[in-house]
Amino acid sequence: MEYILIIISAVFVNNIVLNQFLGVCPFLGVSNRISTAVGMSAAVVFVMTLATLITYLIQTYILNPLQIGFMQTVTFILVIAALVQMVEIILKKISPALYQALGIFLPLITTNCAVLGVAIIVVTKEFTFGGTAAMLTLPQALVYAASMALGFGLALTIFAGLREHMDLVGVPKPFRGVPIALITAGILALAFMGFSGIV
Amino acid sequence: MSRLRIITKGIISGNPIFVLVLGMCPTLGTTTSAVNGLGMGLATTFVLMLSNLVISLIAGLIPSKVRIPSFIVVIAVFVTVVQLIMQAYVPALYETLGLFIPLIVVNCIVLGRAEAFASKNKPLDSFLDGLGSGIGFTLGLTLLGAVRELLGSGAFFGWKMLPGDGMLVFILAPGAFIALGYLMVLFNKFLKA
Repeated sequence: MEYILIIISAVFVNNIVLNQFLGVCPFLGVSNRISTAVGMSAAVVFVMTLATLITYLIQTYILNPLQIGFMQTVTFILVIAALVQMVEIILKKISPALYQALGIFLPLITTNCAVLGVAIIVVTKEFTFGGTAAMLTLPQALVYAASMALGFGLALTIFAGLREHMDLVGVPKPFRGVPIALITAGILALAFMGFSGIV
Repeated sequence: MSRLRIITKGIISGNPIFVLVLGMCPTLGTTTSAVNGLGMGLATTFVLMLSNLVISLIAGLIPSKVRIPSFIVVIAVFVTVVQLIMQAYVPALYETLGLFIPLIVVNCIVLGRAEAFASKNKPLDSFLDGLGSGIGFTLGLTLLGAVRELLGSGAFFGWKMLPGDGMLVFILAPGAFIALGYLMVLFNKFLKA
């Protein structure tokens, strides 16, 4: 049951882009075409889940026992950067087709604050299920990370669809580009507010 | 380029938020009030200045292939410093800004200035470039924070200015996107050449 709660809460209610403001740069940057949006979403789901697995283990078995929690930021960003690089190399070797599809998005993910953000959230924030607040266990953390990434993909794909249509209409000059995109994202965020309260 | 020009460039013609559109996550996420925007801006300015300074000092020693990871480590160190300082002296602000303090490390402005300016220029100039971009970022955040606070709760820096409760939506997530969008429109209309 709590897994369903985690998924619904992460994908819809606390949507990572529209509610938590993480990963706004790629949200604005790669949302011109639906096809690139889907590719980026797939890459984020993959990297975010993997990064959360590794950083969770590092936090639990290295940083906590040694009481060097202040090294969290430095360690996590290094791990994520190294991980992205490694995924890129491995993917190139074992699946050139997948690499073709995801390759150009991978370097962009290192500076995607959503990945670092989720990695930090799962090891610092307490979640409440049925009245008791507790830290996430490893399986819960992984489900949470994957759902957050899916929420990112959902928002990004819907937004790309909207922007494709916007290309066809005459937008006033000062609104062109980022401003109209931001205002559209605001309206999309309003729509997502409709989900608040269901979990 | 004169020293003064380096600083002023980051404020209007190269404003990180309104012109370069970098660092959108903290811009939207922390500006629920003018004070929060100002705090976030100052924390980022501190990191920008010092990381630019150190990076321009060591840039000549780093092989260009491992340039980006090395820059990130330098930035992460200063972010940790800011994190610890804020935790000790302004715990309330630290709690409010929360996740966005460690996330300065992936703020595109910091890495952007390191790569575009500090790695090619002298230490003092790089320091000033960090200061200029930091001021531009801080002004943008404070402005957006003030607008959202005024519309959302009728207050300005915590002082009640308008009667009533204001439009709550401007404090919530959608208002952030919409307010920034319209501010950018005004910036494009009146300040951009």
